[in-house]
Formats: sequence, structure tokens, C-alpha cells
Amino acid sequence: MWLDPSNPQLNKNGELHHLLSIEGLPANVLWQILDTARSFVGVTQREVKKVPLLRGKAVFNLFFEPSTRTRTTFEIAAKRLSADVINLAINVSSQTKGESVLDTVANLSAMQADMFIVRHAASGAPYLIARHVAPEIHVINAGDGRHAHPTQGLLDMFTIRHYKENLSNLRVAIVGDILHSRVARSQIHALTTLGCPEIRVIGPRTLMPSQVESLGVHVYEDMRQGLKGVDVVMMLRLQSERMQGALLPSAQEFFKYYGLTEDKLALARPDAIVLHPGPMNRGVEIDSSVADGAHSVILPQVTFGIAIRMAVMSILAGN
Amino acid sequence: MPGTPLPDAEELLAALTDQMRSHVGPDCGLIGIHTGGVWLAERLHHALGIKVPLGTLDVSFYRDDYRKIGLHRDVKPSQLPFDVEGRHLVLVDDVLYTGRTIRAALNELFDYGRPASIRLAALVDRGGRELPIAPQFVGAAITLAPGQSVELQRAGSGRLALVLHEA
Amino acid sequence: MKIHIKGGRLIDPANGIDANRDVYIAAGRVVAIGEAPKGYSANRTIDASGLAVCPGLVDLAARLREPGFEYMATLESEMQAAVAGGVTSLACPPDTDPPLDEPGLVEMLKFRARSLNQAHVYPVGALTAGLKGARLTEMAELRDAGCVAFSQGDAPMTDNQVAFLAMQYAATFGFAVWLRPQDAMLARNGVAHDGQVATRLGLPAIPVCAETVALSSILILARETGARVHLARLSSAEAVKMVRQAKDLGLAVTSDVAAHHVHLSEMDIGYFDPNCHVTPPFRSLRDRDALRQGLADGTIDALCSDHTPVDDDAKQLPFSEAESGVTGLELLLPLTLKWAEETGLPLAHGLARITSDAARVLGIDAGHLAVGAIADVCIFDPAYYWRVDRAALRSQGKNTPFLGLEVKGKVRWTLVEGQVVYESR
Repeated sequence: MWLDPSNPQLNKNGELHHLLSIEGLPANVLWQILDTARSFVGVTQREVKKVPLLRGKAVFNLFFEPSTRTRTTFEIAAKRLSADVINLAINVSSQTKGESVLDTVANLSAMQADMFIVRHAASGAPYLIARHVAPEIHVINAGDGRHAHPTQGLLDMFTIRHYKENLSNLRVAIVGDILHSRVARSQIHALTTLGCPEIRVIGPRTLMPSQVESLGVHVYEDMRQGLKGVDVVMMLRLQSERMQGALLPSAQEFFKYYGLTEDKLALARPDAIVLHPGPMNRGVEIDSSVADGAHSVILPQVTFGIAIRMAVMSILAGN
Repeated sequence: MPGTPLPDAEELLAALTDQMRSHVGPDCGLIGIHTGGVWLAERLHHALGIKVPLGTLDVSFYRDDYRKIGLHRDVKPSQLPFDVEGRHLVLVDDVLYTGRTIRAALNELFDYGRPASIRLAALVDRGGRELPIAPQFVGAAITLAPGQSVELQRAGSGRLALVLHEA
Repeated sequence: MKIHIKGGRLIDPANGIDANRDVYIAAGRVVAIGEAPKGYSANRTIDASGLAVCPGLVDLAARLREPGFEYMATLESEMQAAVAGGVTSLACPPDTDPPLDEPGLVEMLKFRARSLNQAHVYPVGALTAGLKGARLTEMAELRDAGCVAFSQGDAPMTDNQVAFLAMQYAATFGFAVWLRPQDAMLARNGVAHDGQVATRLGLPAIPVCAETVALSSILILARETGARVHLARLSSAEAVKMVRQAKDLGLAVTSDVAAHHVHLSEMDIGYFDPNCHVTPPFRSLRDRDALRQGLADGTIDALCSDHTPVDDDAKQLPFSEAESGVTGLELLLPLTLKWAEETGLPLAHGLARITSDAARVLGIDAGHLAVGAIADVCIFDPAYYWRVDRAALRSQGKNTPFLGLEVKGKVRWTLVEGQVVYESR
């Protein structure tokens, strides 16, 4: 085994081989990605937004769960690195024919793939794939179940650093459906690894995973209490199928108690920034006036997302 | 020349400045290649009284040895705070060797636009070219023994010096 | 066939024996312990010096995968795995396909098993038709066909009225009802213990209350109906406490735990090891310790393998999609020895949980080696280390979280009714 079984993302030299989760990555690896992304932001602002780093490499987008948005940002990032990008929406092809994840991956490996970008509805699926691909192939987790969405977590860190410079003196609140959110888990691991001193999670008990404090966060059930004095507010998306049922009675009631409105945001620091991984449910987790307001950095997040994905791909392909 | 002491970097820089003075006008775009080239370009920019802001390039994203050695750990952003389109440019590097760094820099520059001309200034030329690239301005030509390499360093005081490395 | 087992350390928990004694077997039974009977001349002598000699193990739950799941394992492969693990009597849950809900299926299984001439197979019949939890099976007919108890396997019993009536009916005939306490609704979609690890890995969780809510219903219904209830596969500290209280109050229930559950916890899931996807889920270290303690003090009567061979196609999947279960017949002995050693219990005390105690739960004449007993014997080297790897396992299922690890305790000979059915060098 060329990978460390206790930390399957790193090679024997401690370099990033796959990006599966923020958890378990040392701070210097995260800083390297963030620093490299800063250089790629420059590239994305030029006339020719392409660099030749991944010329001749084949990047496969393996989306076992549909997501146009995330797939597109990976596709743009790969193309800006001059890679060849092949998009596969697996849920409509082989899975329905009963082909297993590993069979699909074995077939694609035989097509000389260099990198797999994996999105899957089941937590841990990218780990399974990473364990079974040939040693020269790199796997990037583009979101697995409730587990992790590491590039989203990294782009959020990039955004915070862009506006706040230093993460080691910030109070950060993550609000909403923590239980089902892979974004929240990646954000929490990234913040703790990069030395953020105070992370708060805010939501009703039905959307809070048990023993979430063990991740290094403080739990708030009252959003007004939780937003007091924070520098950064990270809103989460609430899936529509969870808006009414046994988890929550209605989207309206959720918005009233856990939606980000201007009056609730006023409790945060005056220079607080507001993030959202998108796509937003306006009027459910966030009010339009906040989403489009002066504190919102939601659109820059998208731009930075491409630079982060370029950084991750170029670091992986070089290790 | 192996075994003989390296020339003094400050003296070479002075010679390089003199060479360039009559050829590089205040509207030229001066571009330093990270890291040593940027130090030199900063000094040249001041000494030559160039009005256009200084540009810097990190060619890590364009290097042809990426497949062998991977991405450089400490990539700096490239910054070209002027329009390259139709402008006369001078690339500044510290040590000119195989020419591959300059090739990467040229590729990157053309991704920003189409300059009127590009010339090359190097503090030292140690020979060993693998590409058809020649400097217009050079402080000194030196010869190194196999396995040796030379590096520009900058002291806290800002003073530049060449340092010899044995493999 | 007369077999003389010579020079071994005889451990017979049922009779309080732990001493160096020879065992003399003839016509399928133990004919003497210590001194040879007059005129005895062995056809075969087994040199058991340095080895332990104990009753053949009794396993309360081993899925043989027939009928219906022959692609996972066959009766042949799993019966070999049983004797390679020293198991001479095993109960098989009714969750086959079709389930064991008709006498014909049970008779066929008994017949097939008997023709292999290895371990004794005791089918546990389905409590409800198709394990659907609605209509009772013909329990008396099934008993006549060979069923020793009735259960839902891992299938849920969602309707408490059916559970109540099924217990009443079983109690009418004195049949035992084996139930796994897990509330299907509270456990819905869950694949891991509701704790730190599920939170960290984002795995849909099964709270402890899924077990305790179901357990309290079962205990109340057991008291109301007077049925002989066996609680299968406890997983939490709270459940152990509730069973202890129920027993203290005089309720005649028995319980078991799977051997892997007294060693592993949620932590062992690591990075989504599908071999740690088990039912019930591995819980916290505190829960695991309570299971160990409950087993030591007798709150939990027996250890079982909960043997569930799963093929790679069904196991090498994302954690939540992987079929649950571990292969266990060949690890029952080493895992029991490990638990006993780590808990500081004498070997005999530990072995009781997989011999005499398990036989008592099953209600069969097995698990002891007094003169006159059926000569089901396990002879093992208690100090021998071996590595659990795919090639070392006879079972067709290679799905165990212990893969690649070393365990202590290796079966050398297994005898069923006085015949050597397994021996290893």
C-alpha cells in the first residue's frame, strides 16, 4: 500500500495524494492549497484564463448524484489548467444497469484517467474508490452524503482569509441544518485545523448531530444568542425535503427562528461577513436583503471556488 | 574559472544598469521573474526611472518540469499592473541557464496579451542553453564546473550577493 | 470408533472441571474421564498434551445462507467453517430466502445438514409468516419439524399487538421466542451508533433508544405473557442495565451478545470500513465495556458469532450501502478467549458462555462432557497465535473487521458424536 492506511489521503512523504476530507490534513497542507489558490485568482482575472499545468491529463467528473453547479466549477477549473474533462452522470447510465461503483471505477481507470472528481449520495464513497484505484490516480471528493465537501470548506476558508486576513482571532457561526450538512463538517474541520478559536453551530436540536461538541464547536439553539459578536456567519442550505415533516414543521417557522435577517445580523460584529455555499433558498435560510446586502460575500465565494479547485488539482497532479 | 571567486553581484548590477540605460525607456514594462529576478527588477526599475509600475511573474504554472517535480510549494501570484498589449517589455532574471524558465515566462506573458517586443536582461549567464534564447543585456558570463550551481541571495540590508552551491 | 484423548487439560464448565484428564470415547459418547474403563482399547489416540479439551462450542446464531443466498455461502462451506471453529451445535436464524416459516423448509435444511455429517444444526423458526410481522407461523408444526425456538431474525416486529399475541401463542406450547430489541422506526435508515463517529463521518445514526424502547416493550410483554423470551444481540450499556434489573425482578429472560461486540466500538469504523457495518451497530467504548461486564456477571448468558457471510459484491460498497454482518464462526473461540483473558476471568468461566450456557439457552443436551454425554469435543491450543486472513478462513464470507489481525487460540481437532470432523496440523 502506497498510502498510509491511517490517513489514506497522504502519500508516504506526507503529501496530498487524494483530497477526501479536511479531517486528518495537517495545517501546512491546507495553507499550501490556500496560498496556491491566491495565485490562481490572478490567473482567472487575465485575458487568457488558462495555464498549461495539466495539459494532456484526463480529469473525470464522476457524479453519482446530480449537481450541475459543483460539476461546472470543477469543469471550469480543470479546463483552466488545460486538462481534458470528461463528465459522467453515473446515476443515469451504469448504476441503473446494476454496475457497482467499483466496476465503474475500474472501467474508467482503464481509459487512462488521471483524476476522479467524485460526488456520491453515500458518506464515504470516495474513500472506497480511493482504496481501489491505481496508485497514479488521484481522487477528489466533490461531496459525499453528509460526510464532507472539502473543496467547499477550503473555498470558504479562502473567502474568510480574503476578507479577514487572519483566522486565529475570529468568532465564526455556522447556522442551519448541521446534521445533514457535509459542508458544515468540512468547515468545522478546516476552521479547527487552521486555528480558529471559536466556532459556534446554531440550529434546532432535530438538525444537530449528537455529541457535535466533540468536533470542537459550541452549540447554540437561540440564533440571536449565537450571532452575538461573530465575525463570520456561514449559512447552510436546507434541503426542501427536510422543510416539513418530523425534522421541522415548516419553512416559515424555520425562517422565523433560524433564517438570517438584517435584524439578526445586526447582532454580529459591524464588519461581519456572510457566506452561503449555494444554491440559496431565499426566505428560508436567508433573507434576500442579506443575501444581496453589503455583508454578503456569496458571489466572491463562487469565484474563489474555481481558484481553490485549480489549486487542489494542480497540487495533487504534481504529487 | 572554476575555483575562482564569483563576481560581486552589486558590481554586475551596476554594469547591467549602464548597459540598459540608453535602451530601456520610461514607458517600457519591466518584469522580474520570481524570486531573484524580482529583486533585480526592483533595483533596475528605480535606477532607470521607469514610470510604468513593476511587473512580477511566477512561472510555476508554466514550467515544463512540473510532471517531474510537481508544483512548487510556494507559488507567488504573478502581477502585471499594466497592459502588455503593444508594449515593449524587458524580462529580468538572475541566472540564465537552460532557457526553460524564460520559455515559461514568454508563454505566460502571451496569455496576458501581445507585446510589441520582449527583451531579456540577466545578471549572469552561465551558458548551457537548451533552447534558442539569448539575453540582450547581461552582467557577466561565467563558467561553472559540472554539479555546481549559482544562486542570487538578498541580505537583510538589501545587498545582493551570488552564492555557489556544490551538488 | 473408540477415541482416547490423551494428556489434555479438560475444561468442562458444566461440571466444574478444569484439570489434566484423559477422555475416553466410544460409540459417540464419553465413556470415561481420567482412567480408562476396563478392557478399553482405543482405535485412535489423540495427543492433546499442551492443549485444552472442552465441550464442542454451541453457537446461538450462525447464518448458513441456505436456502436463497447460495451466492454468498453454501451449507458445505459454512458447516466446514463451523467445525474449523470448534462449533459442534449451532442455531440458524430464520432469515433465509424464503424464510424458515414452513415445516418443509426446516426439514430440508435439517436433512441437508445431517447428510454433511458435521455440526448439529438447530433451526430457529420464523415467528411470523415471511418474517413480515403480521401472521403467526404454524409454530407447533415447525417445532415438530425441528425448530428449537422462534424469531424474527433481523426483521422488525413493528406491531406490538402481533408481538403480544405471538408470545401468548408460543407460551401456550412453552416455545421460546427470540427477539432482537430494535425499534424499526427509531433505527430507520441508520447504519451506525448515534455518537461521535457517526457525527464525524456523517453516517445516518441509530440511537441507543432504538434498542431500549424495543427492549422495554419486549420485557413488559414477556412478563404479561409468561413467554420464554431470549434477547438476541444486546448492544448498549443501558440495555444491559435493563436486562439486569428484569432478571433481578425474577423475569425468566435470557440474552446474548455477538462476540465482535465485546471487542469493537464505533471507533473501529475508522474511515468507513464496511466490515464494521453490523446490526446492531458497534456503539461507544462505554457500551462495549458494559457488554463485557454484563457477560462476565451473567446478565448476558451467552456469546454467539452472529455469523453472516457476505460476498465482496455486497460488502465492497459505500458504508451505508454495504450489507451488514460479519463472518464469525471461526472467530468465536479466539474472541471469547480474548474477552475472558482481558476481563481476568478463568478460562472455564469464559468457555461456559459458548458451551454450557449457550446450550441452556437453546434447551439442548450439549455443552458438557460428563460420562455418558454425547462426545462433541473441541480440542484447541489456547496459546497459539494465527493471522486472520482470507486464506485462513474456511467460510465463504471473508467479511470481518479482524482481517489482517492476529488472534490467539486455534482449534486442533473437532469431534462430533465421537467422530473427528476436523483436524489441523
